[in-house]
Amino acid sequence: MNTDDFISMLATGVKPVDRHVQFKRFAQAIIVGGAGSFILMVMLFGIRPDIGTMLVTPLFWFKMAFPLALATGSLLVLTRLSRPGARIGKRWIAPATPVLVIWIAALAVLAAAPDSERLNLIMGFSWRRCPFNIAILSIPTCVTITWAVRQLAPTRLRPAGAVAGLLAGSVATVAYCLHCPEMGVPFWAMWYLLGIVIPAVLGAVAGPWLLRW
Amino acid sequence: MKRLIEKAETEPGMSVEERLKVLLLAGLDGNENAYHAFLNELSGRLRAYVRKRLFHLHDEVEDIVQETLLAVHNARHTYRTGEPLTAWIYAIARYKLMDFLRMRSRHDAFNEPLDDYVDIFSTCDEEPANDAKRDIGVLLEQLPDKQRLPIVHVKLQGLSVAETAQLTGLSESAVKIGIHRGLKSLAAKIRLFS
Repeated sequence: MNTDDFISMLATGVKPVDRHVQFKRFAQAIIVGGAGSFILMVMLFGIRPDIGTMLVTPLFWFKMAFPLALATGSLLVLTRLSRPGARIGKRWIAPATPVLVIWIAALAVLAAAPDSERLNLIMGFSWRRCPFNIAILSIPTCVTITWAVRQLAPTRLRPAGAVAGLLAGSVATVAYCLHCPEMGVPFWAMWYLLGIVIPAVLGAVAGPWLLRW
Repeated sequence: MKRLIEKAETEPGMSVEERLKVLLLAGLDGNENAYHAFLNELSGRLRAYVRKRLFHLHDEVEDIVQETLLAVHNARHTYRTGEPLTAWIYAIARYKLMDFLRMRSRHDAFNEPLDDYVDIFSTCDEEPANDAKRDIGVLLEQLPDKQRLPIVHVKLQGLSVAETAQLTGLSESAVKIGIHRGLKSLAAKIRLFS
């Protein structure tokens, strides 16, 4: 087929294009994937029994704020990585900030704690399971977010995959926070982050063939 | 808006970016003529871009131009009005070019020089039709339905893309993509036999 015919074929019968596809796809992906992670969390681990008191505990909301802020920041970057030619520039700061903040907070807590307590603050009592639990909870969000990005047009597949994984992990961590009884800031800074990094690394590895178009 | 499109189609004073943008935006709203004009002008720019970078692969230029046009078509919903169109197109063109080069270096061992498949269906000679039709039929059988049916209906029976979409239950985009991909793999099969 010569190019002129090809162009005529592409142009014939074009319909008006929905300009809000990107917003809709990400909204659907996060809602459906987040619901999936939540259900998985309830089935596998259960909501923590003292959730009632937690909902009025400021420290609990600080804990929730970390994955929420990371999710928002990575979404901001991902929406740009999903569109050809959209610059990221300084927007990397958005997902980097919550990580920095929690690390500074963790260091402050550790500095103030007595020597004997420090290791406990970092390791908690569930450090062995925590990152893997988060990675498991991120399976539904990984699926839906990959689905969303595939309907857009990423041109840098490795970063797009990594940030998609970051978003998936962060949303899963929000769900995990409703189960996880750990309340040490250093614990979150270490193991929650590691749990979120697992899908991000997988995303960076799988991105080039999962997101190719 | 209509005046703007006419102006974009005829007036030489507008910059390429401005003109392409007006045409694309009208195309996104469903204006067929504007979209056709957009793709037409774009193909010329793309050809120059690809040719400059693949001067030693002269035969493949048209192929990549079409792949890129198809990519632009499929990604057109990701263009945001406020953003520079050049950056958007450049990112797509570069992505497709890189993709092509990567595939090529990976499959270099199998890569015979690509002949001009583009004309296989453009002329029609009725005389030895039986043989030709049978041979094409054999090759077509090897294609998956979503490529074979669009080619049979649009290219052999002369139906429109819309009619084919209705007949096969595929979307119009899928019909277009099917024809493109199908013709390409047909051409590859023909080269293999000859």
